[in-house]
Amino acid sequence: MDKIRFERVTKKFLVRDEHKKGAQREFTAIQNIEFTVREGEFITLVGPSGCGKSTLLDLLTGLTKPTKGRILIDGREITGPGLDRGIVFQQYALFPWKTARGNIEFGLEAKGIPKSERKEKAEYYLDLVGLKNFADRYPHELSGGMKQRVAIARSLAFNPDVLLMDEPFAALDAQTRETLQTELLRIWKKTGKTIIFITHGIDEAVYLGERVVVLTANPGTVKKIVDIPLKDRLEDADVKSNPAFISARREVWNLLHEPEFQGAHI
Amino acid sequence: MVTINKPATKLNKPSKPQKSSSPSLSAFVKAFKNSIVLILFVLLWELAPQLGIVERTFLPPFSEVIRAWWDLLVSGELWRHFQASILRSLFGFLLALAVAIPLGLIIGWYPLARDLLTPILELFRNTAALALLPVFILILGIGEVSKISIVLFACTWPVLLNTISAVKNVDPLLIKSARSMNISSFKLFYKVILPASVPTIFTGIRMAGTGAILVLIAAEMIGAKAGLGYFITYSQYNFLIAEMYAGIITISLLGLLINYGLSSAERYFSRWKQ
Repeated sequence: MDKIRFERVTKKFLVRDEHKKGAQREFTAIQNIEFTVREGEFITLVGPSGCGKSTLLDLLTGLTKPTKGRILIDGREITGPGLDRGIVFQQYALFPWKTARGNIEFGLEAKGIPKSERKEKAEYYLDLVGLKNFADRYPHELSGGMKQRVAIARSLAFNPDVLLMDEPFAALDAQTRETLQTELLRIWKKTGKTIIFITHGIDEAVYLGERVVVLTANPGTVKKIVDIPLKDRLEDADVKSNPAFISARREVWNLLHEPEFQGAHI
Repeated sequence: MVTINKPATKLNKPSKPQKSSSPSLSAFVKAFKNSIVLILFVLLWELAPQLGIVERTFLPPFSEVIRAWWDLLVSGELWRHFQASILRSLFGFLLALAVAIPLGLIIGWYPLARDLLTPILELFRNTAALALLPVFILILGIGEVSKISIVLFACTWPVLLNTISAVKNVDPLLIKSARSMNISSFKLFYKVILPASVPTIFTGIRMAGTGAILVLIAAEMIGAKAGLGYFITYSQYNFLIAEMYAGIITISLLGLLINYGLSSAERYFSRWKQ
């Protein structure tokens, strides 16, 4: 069943014109984006910088509206922010004056969950991300990876159907990133959320996504959606050596690098 | 599940490099380092007049000043002036907070209000409050109202301007993150903007605390019947030089007290920061 549906979504902005002083010009960030995300699917979006990844995310959160087209969730058009979607940002966006627990409870409070239940729920999600013993730490007392775990727990705690992730592991070191990728897969299996994961890492996109949406830049459009025929990534410890992984990775790489080679011929 | 507890437990608990010496000795060394210059200063104050390096009529030895201070304390006179000063400054200071913080939050939140008002607020902030003292006395007379008002005036600007810039500089990502959770504007303000602004607001509050004393003492020197500023000029006119210095020392103590109180409050409210 379709969970999210992009229908010919275009977003234009007015930006400063660098050729004419004081003038503004129209800039098309994304154009005619069209694809669907299935219920419970893990889909990754990969593209070069300038492909409108952040614009897409803002549209999904409902903080901005498309210039043309529409985005549907469960058949209803997105008109504003809502707790049916949880967002995880690259820079964590944790409230520094709240402890790990307080940050998680913030979302629960936003949802109107009574105070007595908040604590228990926060405990559960702290445990889920492996931070049971860090509930009372402030963000500055946590490492980058731990902060991102708290952010994931915060977004999961108010029980959204869809988890939107904006390059969530890009600021982490390679080892922490790999650990969190595996954990995210585990959490996805356990919770059955629909996950839209934006990244610029090809390996990450192929490793996590059941499908990879390859975007092109200026303006952002969907180039191709690649199916990744890997069965269980968590069972196979060395999934990245799997021939299916390697060929999928090559396909995505080629799609992303095609423009350069075309340019080289001219 | 991956266990990450082990390496992380050490986080944020920087173990101080303990030297082999005993803790009581190192505490003594620290106390010595902190107080030695102070002790030398007092010694110089004591000895310079005693040895005739400075005229002792104009700078009595420290011991004499302390004796005068003690006598004033016992007689209750010092307390009377101290009380007058601290009540005025506290009243003006708290009034300023009550006005400037809410106003600053509102102005900071609306870009148009901010752009319109910041230049004139900067002008007021940079107008020495004391230059306006004659105006205050002309309009409000020489009583308590004019003194409290000038403290209020002097304290308002740093708090107001810091509050405005605090609200303006709240990390937009935090606002975006909260907005995405679909919280109301009021909650966004109360739960995100306000706590995020606290450290910067407190910088303004501390500036106001220093200003409150400065302005008040000067105002009391010009026209008052009680207060430390009045007491100092009164002592000077009556050639009670030791008493005059006793008054000055009291003002130093008052300043330290206020600064200590405000720093403690600041630490408490900003305890989530590094």
